[in-house]
Amino acid sequence: MARTHFFALIVAGLLFFFIIEAIRRRKLQERYSLLWLLVVASMVTVAVYGKSLTLVSRLVGIYYPPAALFLLALIFVVVLLLHFSLVISRLSEQSRILAQKLALLENQLAGDSAPSPANTAAPKQTRAEQKAEESVCT
Amino acid sequence: MSKDFGRVLVIVPAYNEEANIAAVVADVRHHAPFADIVVINDGSSDGTAGRAIAAGVAVLSLPFNVGIGAAVQTGFQYAHENCYDTAIQFDGDGQHDGAAIATLLEGLENVDVVIGSRYLGAGNYTAPLARRSGMVVLSAIVSTIVGRRFTDTTSGFRALGRRAISLCAKTYPSDYPEVEVLPIMHRAGLKVIEVPVTMNPRQGGTSSITWARAIYYMVKVILAILIELLRKAPTLHGEKT
Repeated sequence: MARTHFFALIVAGLLFFFIIEAIRRRKLQERYSLLWLLVVASMVTVAVYGKSLTLVSRLVGIYYPPAALFLLALIFVVVLLLHFSLVISRLSEQSRILAQKLALLENQLAGDSAPSPANTAAPKQTRAEQKAEESVCT
Repeated sequence: MSKDFGRVLVIVPAYNEEANIAAVVADVRHHAPFADIVVINDGSSDGTAGRAIAAGVAVLSLPFNVGIGAAVQTGFQYAHENCYDTAIQFDGDGQHDGAAIATLLEGLENVDVVIGSRYLGAGNYTAPLARRSGMVVLSAIVSTIVGRRFTDTTSGFRALGRRAISLCAKTYPSDYPEVEVLPIMHRAGLKVIEVPVTMNPRQGGTSSITWARAIYYMVKVILAILIELLRKAPTLHGEKT
């Protein structure tokens, strides 16, 4: 096997290990890992079966297979970044909604009284915080 | 019967079910008058919340759609915070049958979780082929991994005891939760059984499960299950490992 192919296999192996470990530690959700696992599978395929790259480059109409590899990798990265832009947009929107709802809820809980030196009592624990400490229900 | 199971909470997740929610609540009330009901409004854009409030049940309205996993988990957190002994998951779209609640509760005698299965001989539930094949394969995989035979891993009709409520309130998968939670429960040492139930077919509309989606979900779920096996066994609150 050519040295580059071997190198690609090592990289693919490391990437695979990192992805699985990240999911295991709950730092990466499965749905975002599938694309990356597909990348690993593609790397392994090209490393083991070099002809596959030639086939793909002919399909795309490129004469020099390594150029096709770079093009595909670039397209993949662009698509991935676009996907992340969409995800970030959605998450920002959700954060905004949560922040606003929280502000309105706290205001509602505090009632009509405006804060003053007279009624600044220590904030009461929420029921969830109480439950976390207790181990039995009364 | 309610005496045996302490305080019972029926968790009804609902997304844009204004047409069905009143009937679902009435069905649950009729067959389980001893139970409290909480409707989890998963960011509905229609009048689901209003109809549920009008029906006189507790309603938790999520500020945006979070998906069935997180929505149902909110119900478990509510059950845990309010010290319920038993929680029943009951779909807000009318597919589940209130009459089967008794069957679920009876099964909860010595176990932690009871799943109502459509494929244990009661009735004749039909689903589109793509969906059915996926369900059969998933059931086979989960059965192999957990070491116990499951026939309906995607059923959202379940009864949970205290230990299961506590576990699910802390850890609950978000994407295909009904299936993915089974290995988690197994590793936490919970006892899970199935009982036969009938369910009503989908009311109107076509199922959105195409072959492509079925395969995507299957790959995702298998990946999630396999990686779950690599994690430490989940511990239940207050219990030694």
